[in-house]
Amino acid sequence: MPAPFSWIRPEPWGIHVVPADAWVDPSRPVERALVTHGHADHARGGHGQTVATPETLAIMELRYRTGTQDEAGDIPHKAVPVEYGETIKLPGDVQATYFPAGHVLGSAQILLEHAGERIVCTGDYKRRADPTCPPFQIVPCDIFITEATFGLPLFTHPPIAEEMAKLLDRLAAHPDRCVLVGAYALGKAQRVIAELRAAGHHDPIYLHGAMEKMCRLYEEHGVDLGELRLVSDHTKDDMRGSVVISPPGALNDRWSRRLPDPITAMASGWMRVRQRARQRNVELPLVISDHADWGELTRTIEEVDPVETWITHGREDALLRWCQLHQRRARALAMVGYEDEDD
Amino acid sequence: MEEFAALIDALVYTRSRNEKLRLIAEYLRATPDPDRGWALAALSDGLDFPAVKSSTIRNLLKDRVDPVLWSLSRDFVGDTAETASLLWPAPDHPPSPPSVGETVELLEAMNRKSVFVELPKLLDRLDPSGRYALLKLATGGMRIGVSSRLAKTAFAQAFDVSVEEVEEYWHGLAPPFAELFAWAADGQAPPDMANLPTFRPFMLAHPLEETVVDLSDYVAEWKWDGIRVQLVRAGDETKLFSRSGDDISATFPELLDVLPFPAVLDGELLVRGSHQGGEANDVTQGGAASFNALQQRLGRKTVSKKMLAEAPAFVRLYDALLIDGEDLRALPWTERRQRLEALMSRLPDTHFDLSRVVEARDFDHLAQIREGSRDDAIEGLMLKRKDSPYIAGRRVGYWYKWKRDPLLVDCVLMYAQRGSGKRSSFYSDYTFGCWDGDPDKGAELLPVGKAYSGFTDEELKKLDRHVRQNTVNRFGPVRETDKSLVFEVAFDSVHESKRHKSGLAMRFPRIHRIRWDKPVHEADRVEALRALVRD
Ligand SMILES: [Zn+2]
Ligand SMILES: [Zn+2]
Repeated sequence: MPAPFSWIRPEPWGIHVVPADAWVDPSRPVERALVTHGHADHARGGHGQTVATPETLAIMELRYRTGTQDEAGDIPHKAVPVEYGETIKLPGDVQATYFPAGHVLGSAQILLEHAGERIVCTGDYKRRADPTCPPFQIVPCDIFITEATFGLPLFTHPPIAEEMAKLLDRLAAHPDRCVLVGAYALGKAQRVIAELRAAGHHDPIYLHGAMEKMCRLYEEHGVDLGELRLVSDHTKDDMRGSVVISPPGALNDRWSRRLPDPITAMASGWMRVRQRARQRNVELPLVISDHADWGELTRTIEEVDPVETWITHGREDALLRWCQLHQRRARALAMVGYEDEDD
Repeated sequence: MEEFAALIDALVYTRSRNEKLRLIAEYLRATPDPDRGWALAALSDGLDFPAVKSSTIRNLLKDRVDPVLWSLSRDFVGDTAETASLLWPAPDHPPSPPSVGETVELLEAMNRKSVFVELPKLLDRLDPSGRYALLKLATGGMRIGVSSRLAKTAFAQAFDVSVEEVEEYWHGLAPPFAELFAWAADGQAPPDMANLPTFRPFMLAHPLEETVVDLSDYVAEWKWDGIRVQLVRAGDETKLFSRSGDDISATFPELLDVLPFPAVLDGELLVRGSHQGGEANDVTQGGAASFNALQQRLGRKTVSKKMLAEAPAFVRLYDALLIDGEDLRALPWTERRQRLEALMSRLPDTHFDLSRVVEARDFDHLAQIREGSRDDAIEGLMLKRKDSPYIAGRRVGYWYKWKRDPLLVDCVLMYAQRGSGKRSSFYSDYTFGCWDGDPDKGAELLPVGKAYSGFTDEELKKLDRHVRQNTVNRFGPVRETDKSLVFEVAFDSVHESKRHKSGLAMRFPRIHRIRWDKPVHEADRVEALRALVRD
């Protein structure tokens, strides 16, 4: 009998499911990739076969045109859609089941089963409600492979309603200006828009050109974002008193000169730390994250209660320390190429 | 405390000076005494609570948070107070924030022992923003981009009073500044400064530049190259203040028992020396040693007898603000001058003399006199309108300073260092040198000075590129260049200095022109620079 869990091997460029010769979120092209969600550090083009939720496949198609060919342009790419709760059989007697991770549209945790052993790869996840995707589900397992993007005890994300109220208060106080919110194009932007709608803000919201296609994709998947307009189609006067959403990189860019005296805001978990906000010249920090905060990370480990916890990327030192302090077996995986695209 | 915490957060995230002023002014108007006074003190000069140190906070947290998690978090945040405010375990009861006044009272009552019991109680009453504001307040420096002057300006703006008047009372009052608010906010009588030896803000001059003044309206005085001081006597105590209002009495004890009556006098502090040989009756008035000699005495907290004997200080008087308790500031300069002249007989000539008026037929004649003066104790001329009252700050049209034309020398760029703040991505601090002999016969460059001003932003970009493309060596933030670029350097004077290999040190060097065109072997030699020394 082989040693327990010897069928799964963490490598710096992904988690290798040996009997199936499949990789979870590989950062280099492989024959068979199991992809948790569409963020660039998890989903790459160039794989022979990509197994993911239909939403994630649609996002990958939009971002990397994975649908037809790989980067070299010769091997035909095969997309294998898996619905939430659906199980697919992989070679080598491995089963994979996709469960919601609550991170962004289409994001999934992947439960891998082989020889009576259960391993869950969370990809990125959060535990808060999000109008753009179904909530995280606790999946009992032996090995729990978790992210740790906000894995420091100082990270506590406040209730999103508080952050929305901050944004809307500032908007109301400056009817001649606009609030420019920097938000990642996949996930954060749509969540901010949907939460604004939930908070009763139904005015048109203006978009940087780079956000448009992803918002349309969300709408096609049934997420109502209300009236969206493109900044490039409008004058300064049109946008007074409005919310404008752009990628973080455009916040201090020349592009923002076309806006009416913007109040610079940024929606990110890093905004919890003042110096981080100041580095980006942010006047209105909005602590909004699509990742689990420290409390959620530790609570999730307790609730899943695995035999062992593996930590993929983020601030793994601190989460590892917490596991030690709570007599939980844990190890940090030295993964490469996972950056915080989506904080 | 919530409002104060909100103000601190807003200031942290605000870049515009006007917006900062508006935020502070709004807070000061909306907040009752004594909270606003304590807040004003915290924002301006800072408050000092000896029981609370940065190490106190660290120790408190180590009892509550695992030390490894603490240090990982501290490294990530980069600020002890902020880390602690975020990591402090949330109490199970809702916050019950104390007022700023109550907070200050509690902090004042703490000692090095009780702080470990009392500070946690206070932290438990606050949310993370409140804890951040509390810890910043308790440990002194807020470091949120608000200067003392900005805080005072905001106060003046809040209550529509002049900032100069605020400055005047400020130095005689202590936090929480009840009298200051009573005067500015509630229209009560201004604080009584009569019996306090407090600093009165200086009247300052504009550069003359292209202006030509009519000498029937203006008088000229030498601008002496010492340090501008104010000597104040009130309530049997004498104090000496520097231009910024710092109390420098301890550095010049010989001046503290020579003013026998209540007065506020404005003058130039100089030390006696012999090198100039100028007599009191000379056009230029002599008897002062160079700025170098004065430098030896500045910044010392105690003064040796030897130093007092070798380099005794005296004040060359420019003006009188108060004499025998009478405020002269509203009088025209001519009248104040008469009063000052009459006063000289009551002052010991060992420690005081009068800054002479420079007589000239007309402006052109004055320009000639100015050109002719290369006395090292002279920085240039002052032009004062005869009818000017003594007004704090810089008012257009009353006083002008007309500095001597700078000296110029051609130097070669040797090293460049990254600047700070906005310039941190640029090599903006330059060290330059002159040849120690004939460059065609193997002479070497010796550093003679450093400059980081005198060029435009456009020129800075070009200089930065030059440095990056012509680097031959790196030492941390410093790059050594291939010594291929000539600067025309302007400076006010040059002195012997043992600290530099060249034996010379410049005062106020700045880049006058960048000579992209000039071959480096045509730059000046150290001996040419030495010839300009006037010590
Ligand atoms: Zn992600
Ligand atoms: Zn990630």
